[in-house]
Parts: sequence; structure tokens; C-alpha cells
Amino acid sequence: MRDLTRHRLFWPVLALVLLLAVNAIATPTFLQVRMQDGHLYGSLVDIARNGAPVLLVALGMTLVIATRGIDLSVGAIAAIAGAVACVHIAGSPDPASAGTAITAITLALAVCILLGLWNGFLVSVLGIQPIIATLVLMTAGRGLAMLVTGGQITTVNNAFFKALGAGYFLTLPIAILVSLAVLAITGLITRRTALGMLVEAVGINPEASRLAGVRSRTIIWTVYVFSAFCAGLAGLMIAANTSAADANNAGLWIELDAILAVVIGGTSLAGGRFSLMGTLVAALFIQTLSTTIPTIGIPSETNYLFKAVVVIAVCLLQSPKARAAVWRRSNRSSLVKAGRA
Amino acid sequence: MTHMSADAHPSSGPRPGDAPSDIEPVVEMTGITITFPGVTALDDVSFRMFPGEVHALMGENGAGKSTLIKALTGVYTIDAGTIRVGGTEQQFAGTATAQAAGVSTVYQEVNLCTNLSVAENMMLGREPRRLGRIDHRRMNRRTREVLARLGLDIAPRSRLGDHPIAVQQLVAIGRAVDIEARVLVLDEPTASLDSEEVDKLFEVVRSLRSQGVAILFVSHFLDQVFAISDRMTVLRNGRLVGEHLTRDVTRLELVEEMLGRELEVLERLDREPSRQPDERRTPVLRAVGLGRKGALAPVDLDVYDGEVIGIAGLLGSGRTELARLLFGADASDSGTVELRGRRVHLRSPRKAVDQRIGFSSENRRSEGVIGDLTVAENMLLGLQAARGWLRPVPPRTRDQLVTKYVEALDIRPANPDALMRNLSGGNQQKVLLARWLIMQPDLLILDEPTRGIDVGAKAQIQQVVDDLARDGMGVVFISAELEEVLRLSDRLVVMRDRHKVDEIPNVQTTTADLMAIIARDEEVARA
Ligand SMILES: Nc1ncnc2c1ncn2[C@@H]1O[C@H](COP(=O)(O)OP(=O)(O)OP(=O)(O)O)[C@@H](O)[C@H]1O
Ligand SMILES: [Mg+2]
Repeated sequence: MRDLTRHRLFWPVLALVLLLAVNAIATPTFLQVRMQDGHLYGSLVDIARNGAPVLLVALGMTLVIATRGIDLSVGAIAAIAGAVACVHIAGSPDPASAGTAITAITLALAVCILLGLWNGFLVSVLGIQPIIATLVLMTAGRGLAMLVTGGQITTVNNAFFKALGAGYFLTLPIAILVSLAVLAITGLITRRTALGMLVEAVGINPEASRLAGVRSRTIIWTVYVFSAFCAGLAGLMIAANTSAADANNAGLWIELDAILAVVIGGTSLAGGRFSLMGTLVAALFIQTLSTTIPTIGIPSETNYLFKAVVVIAVCLLQSPKARAAVWRRSNRSSLVKAGRA
Repeated sequence: MTHMSADAHPSSGPRPGDAPSDIEPVVEMTGITITFPGVTALDDVSFRMFPGEVHALMGENGAGKSTLIKALTGVYTIDAGTIRVGGTEQQFAGTATAQAAGVSTVYQEVNLCTNLSVAENMMLGREPRRLGRIDHRRMNRRTREVLARLGLDIAPRSRLGDHPIAVQQLVAIGRAVDIEARVLVLDEPTASLDSEEVDKLFEVVRSLRSQGVAILFVSHFLDQVFAISDRMTVLRNGRLVGEHLTRDVTRLELVEEMLGRELEVLERLDREPSRQPDERRTPVLRAVGLGRKGALAPVDLDVYDGEVIGIAGLLGSGRTELARLLFGADASDSGTVELRGRRVHLRSPRKAVDQRIGFSSENRRSEGVIGDLTVAENMLLGLQAARGWLRPVPPRTRDQLVTKYVEALDIRPANPDALMRNLSGGNQQKVLLARWLIMQPDLLILDEPTRGIDVGAKAQIQQVVDDLARDGMGVVFISAELEEVLRLSDRLVVMRDRHKVDEIPNVQTTTADLMAIIARDEEVARA
């Protein structure tokens, strides 16, 4: 039992299960998944689909945080990706074709990789604190997206592009498949090669890693590029879902949800050991929480407050120190009671 | 007042070493048991200390010395047993309560704030104040005084992290000594100190002893233990195996008690024929005028295959700086380096590793250990970095290498998946050595490789270095322990004041000769 509670996935999984149980009690149909026109429908599917962008961003964020960094610019990058893709589609001579959708997606992702290179350059070569370095793009990025869209919400009408956010493949939403694919590929690349271990080494002790001959600069650079790529993909999904690029609101505050997912998932902000599965569970938890709030009748004004309370509770549960303190206190009070009796 | 001078208190306390029945122990620990998942670090250990004695805590690497200390200072909560300090039973719930009970500690791994100044570290938490604000003038003056007693003359305002590890260690000691305490705990305080600093430290320790302070002293240097301690407690594998008055035991008895067996290897090295460094070939490494402003005046150095170059010099003489320049850990701003006759520019450690150079830093905590990775990952980090991330070390090779070196260096616990930070200091040091041995470099630079390593393992590591040189590796060997440098080296380079002042072949050289060279230059400089 003790070993079980010590497992790093224990608390995130427990939190998710509890939350699902609350929902199932509040809405009896919550756990139902039904097949209609060859597509799966149901609250669980919705949660997974709506959570896909956060999961994607959080995957990139996990690796960045593992190197002791942080990437605040992901929301802005997501907006830029949507803007680039939509503007390209809208301006192309053949705005409804599959070819246009593919070039638009490629173009947007290429731009994101450039932005990631910029972040990585600031952090690894110029040695700027990650929080400051990525703040640059966080604030300037939305301006860039506005420039791209010319300040308008750009709408498009391309079925192939729309599929990325709202389409289905083999009964499942494509958004879910894409985010799971990225998760699987990231897992393979980090754990089947030595990349994951080197990322962790750099995060735990950068100087010792450098002296052991680790190319820490390249590794740090790589994780920022990867993070921007993931953010770009998330941005495309968001834009595709609505068939529109909204430079101001697309991916707004997504960086906060992503950082939260990483932390709840058991990766420390101090860098080092990371857990992609933890991030997955936590991202689902956060998405479920957002859906739960209206369904269990919590007034929408207290929405954020409620979310904050739950998040704090989960973080406390996870901290061995906090658990020890609570444990000690309850022991002591039971001793006192025993003494009185 | 915290001022104390060596002769202010003529032996007024109890006679050191005796444990008269009418004197209460100041520390009494009974039946202490501490377990970590999978390891029983301490098993029913009892331990006591009397006022006015220097008590040595002895044992191999991983015997449980640091753990016992951390139990006493409230870092770990004990699973069983009682702790009494000054006659009252203590329930330490953290280090602050232990401090309040009068226990002042210097831990094995220096844990000060490298970003703060020397004075800030020294006075942290008890800064002198004036009108509610920190009185920096007084703080700096006080720091200077404390450090002067330890024979250290550095600017109180300088950043602590800019000083070598030995200086940081002295600052930690100064801080602990300056807190008026009943019990002073020193866990391997001398591991990176030269004999001069050790003498100064012992002066301070003796003066504290004469004032009735109980001093707990851990060291793997038997000379020091016999010179300073009155009583000793010996641990083996987490169990208590003996408590003696120092004057009642011989070195041999002590070592056998610590190891649980006899020690054979120690003298073998001296008897073996000396190595034959191949000086006709081009040197592995030739440095000409290699230097860095403010750190090292230009140095010329040749290292041949199969040769051990010993670098001797006092603290701050530039030993470590030279090692770091040779490895590219710091960038040089003058001079050239040739490897096997080919000019190279060592811009980074990475470049040096590619050129088959290895470097084990003296500062294992901040420049070696990756605490949250496992023993196996720490050992293979260098090799993995050299192969690049795309080519992970295959599991088979990995297991073979790890098993081989865990055995060869007797690393305990022999569990490749143990977290590095849970290993004892000496065992961590062995893992870091293994990291470089696995790489089989052509040139290996070892800065204090035996720091914190017990007597048995030290001989073993010296043997390893000797074997490596016999197999043709070039080795640069740095140690504050002159005997060790003399035992291993073919050639000796003497450093002083960030200059190379002499280079001699090591033929029948004695520590006295070596000290004389260092001292002679001192006189020349003064004249
Ligand atoms: N936090 C921990 N978790 C697990 N094991 C630990 C932990 N701390 C210490 N140990 C284990 O307890 C044993 C005793 O370690 P300790 O640090 O007390 O040794 P030591 O006598 O100080 O050795 P050294 O001379 O190398 O410093 C070792 O086997 C070590 O691996
Ligand atoms: Mg120790």
C-alpha cells in the first residue's frame, strides 16, 4: 500500500478517478459512450477531444520544465499557427482543396519551429532566464498574429483543415488521435533513446552534466523547438475546430493549464525527472474539471475560484511534506484524545 | 561573548579522554535505528559524548556515520531509540530544534548559499543589527576575525561560490565554530584541506575542547584521528562495533575493526617496480604557456603515455585551475594545447571528451553528482553523452559495465538502481570515478579523487590509478594529501600562487622535500 501511494502516478490518477466519479453521480449518463453514424459520442469523448490542445502543449512543456525551464509563449505561438494557416488558406487560389490545407499546416508548423529556435537561442545561447526569454514572445506573439491576420478574425472553409479539429477517423475524433500519436512518439523518442535521461541530467545538475560532456546547449535548444512545435499543432487544432483564426483569443491562458498539467502530473518545476504519462493524466484531469464545474451546478462566477481550490488540494496531496504534516497533526490529536480518555 | 583564545582556559574541564562516572555525557543516543526503503542505515546504535572531548566517529564508506550525525541534528527522524542532549530527552523535529539544544554542525557536503557573500553565509540567521537593519560593517569585521582564526584571509564581501571548495568548507566550519554550542559536529571537515589548514583547525578545536565543548569528528585520515581525538566510536554496516579511548587502540586494530578484516593492499604499491613512461613518443598532451588571467599564470606541461603527473601545492595555488584549463572547463586566454602533436582548441568539456580527455572534479556535489538519477545512469552519463542521444548504450553493455565497476570499486549498496543522492559521500565519489574509467580516456585528470574515501578503498583506488598508467593512460593527479601524490606520481609539478614553480622527477622524494620546495619559493618571494 505504501509503495502504491508512493508511485508518482498515484495521486493524479486518484484525483482523476474521483472527479469522474463525482460526474457520474451528478449526471448518470456521463460515462455512456454511444456509436452514431460510425462516430463515438459521449462526455468522455468530448473531454478527450477538448483536452487535446492542452495535452499537446503540456507534452512540450513537460520536456522544457524537465530542463529547469519554462515556456510562457505557447499560447501566443498557438495563435500564430492558427493565423498563418487560416490566412494562407483564405488567400490561396484554391481555398477548399486538400493540397492547400497541407501546405497551410506545413507552413504554420515551420513558422512555429522558427519561433522555437528563437526561444531556444535566447535561453541556451544568450543564457537569458527562460521565464523572461519566453515572455518576449508571449507578449509580442499575439501582436505578430494580429499582423498576420490584419486584425480580423479570419474564417476559412476547408473541410480537410477542419477535420484536424472536428473530424473523425476510425470512429474517433482526429484531435484525440493526433495528440495520442504525439504522446506516443514523444515517449518513444525520450525513453527508447537516451534523450530523456540527458534532458533529466541537464535539469538536475547543469554544471555536472556539462563537465560530463553532455551537449546541454543543444538539448535545451531542442526542447524549446519541440515545445513550439506542439504549441503550433495545438493552435492548428483550435483554429480548425472553429474554422477561424482569432489572434486575440486562440490559446489564451493555455500556457497556465499546460504548466499546471505538468506539475500535477508529477514533474517538478525545479527540473529533472519527468513523466509523460503523468502529464497525460493531469491534462485529462484539468479538462474534466472544466467540464464538471457547470454540470454539478457551481455558479459560473465562482468557476475560477473552484478550479483554484481543487488544484491546490491536488498539489498539497502530492507534496510528501504536506502529507507528513497532516499525518503528524492527526496522530498528535488522536494521542491527545487518547490521553484525555 | 564568542571570543575564545587557545590559552584563556587552562585545562579547567575534565581531563580529555577519561569518562569519570560523575560526569554526565552531553550527548547520549541509545538504540538508534534508521531505515530507508531497502536499507537499514543504522541498527540499534548507541553513542555517547562527554563535555570537553574530541570524539572520532569511525567506519568505512556507507557505515552510517553521516546518518548517525543527521539523527543527532534532527535531519532524519529516528525509527527507534532515544536521544538525550544535556541530560534532557529530545524529540527533534527538524534541524532548528537541534540547534536550539546547542548542537552546531558542519555536514559532509557543504550546504551554504554560493550566491551570497562569505560574510552573509557566515552570519546567516544571526546577522548583527543596528537600528533594526543589518550592520554590514560589523558583520564583515566579525567574519574576518573568525576566518583569521582558521588562517584564512579572504574578502568577506566576495561571493562564496567564487572560492574553491576547501575555502567554502572553512567558511562552513567558521560558521559552526562561531555559534556558541555545547556540541560541535564536524563531518569530514578536513577532506579537502591542506596540512596547514588542518593544523589551524585543530588549534581551534583544541581551544573549544578546553572550554568544555564536545566535538564530534569524522575523518578517513587516521593520522588526524589519532592526533586530535580522545575517544572513538566505530561503526560497521550500520552497527556499533566498539567504543575506545584513542590511546588504547593501535591503528591496525582500528582498521581491522572498521573493515572487519585485515588490510593487505596498502603497502603493495610501494614495492612494485616503477612504471616506464614512454618519453620518446610525442606526449599525449603538451601545454605551452597555458593560462587564464586572474586564475593561472602561463604554464608549460607535458604528459606522456603511461605516466602519472602529480600536482602539489597549497590551497589556492592554482592546482584546480590548471586541471580545469586542461579540460576546457574554463576557457584559457593564453597558450596552446597539443594532443599527440596536433594543435587543438579545447573550448568546452565536450571538446575535451571528444579528444579522449577525462576530468573528475574536486567538487562532487555541484560538479559531479546528478542526485536524482540512479547509480547506473550516473556511471554511464559520460559514455552516453559521448555516443550522442540517438545511440543509447545497449542494456547488455550497460549492465556489464555497471556490474563490473560496482564490483571493482566495491560500491555500496551494490544496487545500480539506487538513487545517487542516497549514497554515502565516499560511494558517490566512487561512482564518479567509474564514470570516467568507463570512458577509457587517453588522459585522465583527477582532482582529489580520493576525497572522502575510506582507508581500504583509498588503497584500492590508488591501485586502480597505478594499473591505468601501466596500461598506458596518462594521468594528472591532484591531491592535498602529499603522501598520496608521492606514492603514485612519476613526476611532480609544484604550484604556488597560481604559478608553476618547479617540476621534478619523483625519485625517492619525501613529503619534507616537497614541503621544502613550496617553502623555499615562499622565502624567495619574501626576499
Ligand atoms: N536518504 C537515504 N535513502 C536511502 N539510503 C540512504 C539514505 N541516506 C543514507 N543511506 C544509506 O545509508 C548508508 C549509510 O550512509 P552514510 O551516509 O551514513 O555513510 P557514511 O558512514 O557517512 O559514509 P561516508 O564515509 O562515505 O561518508 C549507506 O548505505 C547509504 O546508501
Ligand atoms: Mg558520510
